Amino acid sequence: MSASHDKSSRAPLALKIAAAAGLLFLHLPILLIFVYAFTTEEKSYQWPPPDFTAKWLAVTWNRPDVWEALGLSVRVATTSTAIALVLGSLCAAAVARTKFFGRETISLLVILPIALPGIITGIALRSAFSLAEIPFSFWTIVLGHATFCVVVVYNNAVARFRRTSGSLIEASMDLGANGFQTLRHVILPNIGTALLAGGMLAFALSFDEVIVTTFTAGQQATLPIWMLEELVRPRQRPVTNVVAMVVVIVTFLPILAAYYLTRDGDRIAGHGK
Amino acid sequence: MTAADAAAILPRRAGLAAAASDAFWRRPTLLLLTLLLPPVLWLGIIYLGSLFALLAQSFFSIDEFSGLIQYEFTLKTYGELLHPANLDIIVRTVLMAAVVTLAAAVVAFPIAYYAARYATGRWKALFYLGVMLPLWSSYLVKVYAWKLILAKEGILNWIFAKLHLTWLLEAWLALPLIGGNSLSVSYTGTFLVFLYVWLPFMILPIQASLERVPGSLIEASADLGGAPRQTFRHVILPLALPGVVAGSIFTFSLTLGDYIIPQIVGSSRLFIGQAVYAHQGIAGNIPLAAAFTVVPIIIMGFYLWGAKRMGAFNAL
Repeated sequence: MSASHDKSSRAPLALKIAAAAGLLFLHLPILLIFVYAFTTEEKSYQWPPPDFTAKWLAVTWNRPDVWEALGLSVRVATTSTAIALVLGSLCAAAVARTKFFGRETISLLVILPIALPGIITGIALRSAFSLAEIPFSFWTIVLGHATFCVVVVYNNAVARFRRTSGSLIEASMDLGANGFQTLRHVILPNIGTALLAGGMLAFALSFDEVIVTTFTAGQQATLPIWMLEELVRPRQRPVTNVVAMVVVIVTFLPILAAYYLTRDGDRIAGHGK
Repeated sequence: MTAADAAAILPRRAGLAAAASDAFWRRPTLLLLTLLLPPVLWLGIIYLGSLFALLAQSFFSIDEFSGLIQYEFTLKTYGELLHPANLDIIVRTVLMAAVVTLAAAVVAFPIAYYAARYATGRWKALFYLGVMLPLWSSYLVKVYAWKLILAKEGILNWIFAKLHLTWLLEAWLALPLIGGNSLSVSYTGTFLVFLYVWLPFMILPIQASLERVPGSLIEASADLGGAPRQTFRHVILPLALPGVVAGSIFTFSLTLGDYIIPQIVGSSRLFIGQAVYAHQGIAGNIPLAAAFTVVPIIIMGFYLWGAKRMGAFNAL
């Protein structure tokens, strides 16, 4: 019967179980991080935890190296996001509004930094820096991060541009506004939330990036680099547990915010365009 | 109001911004160039520039005695890729990427299928967030979580012990190749973490392609007497295939290039990414590292070409 595949009908039990098991598989490991952040066991990954304590929160709070790494990560992510916002929205405006020769190439160029494995981007940048004799600094990290953050801003902006009706812009021009007034009063309010969402995702992406950063950072450690060092050579495991928990919280918030900002758009996009 | 103001062609407006605006309006190409110039310059110089610099270096070689890079065109470095040890690394990585991709498709499909065809309203949002949160949450935290799970004293061993199935786990670890001293130093562990970390990249494209399957096609199939199983096999699956291929681009490419997962959870046998990292770092052999990166680029080139022919790009 046709109704058996209707959206209102019920899913087969096996499908329900498989889907639920898949979602649990995706979430349980992350939840586990929260449990381990409060364990009293210091030396091993013992399960179940012998007891729970909040003292590692305080220990982590008093670690200057954690704060330094966090500070660097926030500065890098903020700067990269700002650059990506400018480059990504310019690119999106050009691609969404007009058809021109090489348009496909431009979209490929924007996607390429995340389509190719991160290690390629990383080592390419590193060898270019060494050829050009650019010393490692805050800015070499930002150069790499901004390059692959452009794509998330671009994707969000281009989707919104396509939904923004061109007649709105024509009407504004017909009513005598110049291009910059149209930009300020018509275009920006329309794409504002998409840019905000793209910016938040770019921030989360940069805040979390480790592969490219290992190649473009010299002696400095962003938070993921700090974590990677702890993973390879553990010093104080409970501190790593707490930092991991903080990272989960810090990245979840912008993702949730971005979701709510673009929610209406996703509903449109989801309904078979 | 004079007659001139009412004319169809407006007079030039005063002010710099207005003048610029008028210029852009008259010459759309100028506007286009102004918009494109900054992003294209940035990506062209910084990204493509360094990519080409890297490719160029793969045609240099390293002097075995002095350890210095010889800036002369040669294919010698590419020849080194064919040494058994290096060929081993390439084969191992490609096999792992293929197995991870297949497994991801199998695990992802039911989630995507439920989300696309049955979930509505609040459940739909829940499924969407349920995939997006793990996708965007920290890569290293996810790897770390699996280190906790796979550790000898960790949760997985505890579960096996509680179920009195420790013998099963031990039998599995005793197997050659996929086994090892413990889960966290075996290919099984590496595989599980790869599967976990890339799974959301497979779910989203499949879900997108399933959502585009028109309901009327499914009804038509049912009206023509197709059992649900037949409809799935002959209507839904072929239409969802471009989505699976699109997802496989991500899972395959990401596994080819990753060097952190096999370093943290895995045996001492290297993957391509680790080889690249080792050669550029401690060994200082940038030409060989560069030649190694060309391998995933070429594999992905063919992969993307094949995927495009299957129409997977429309499912992205």
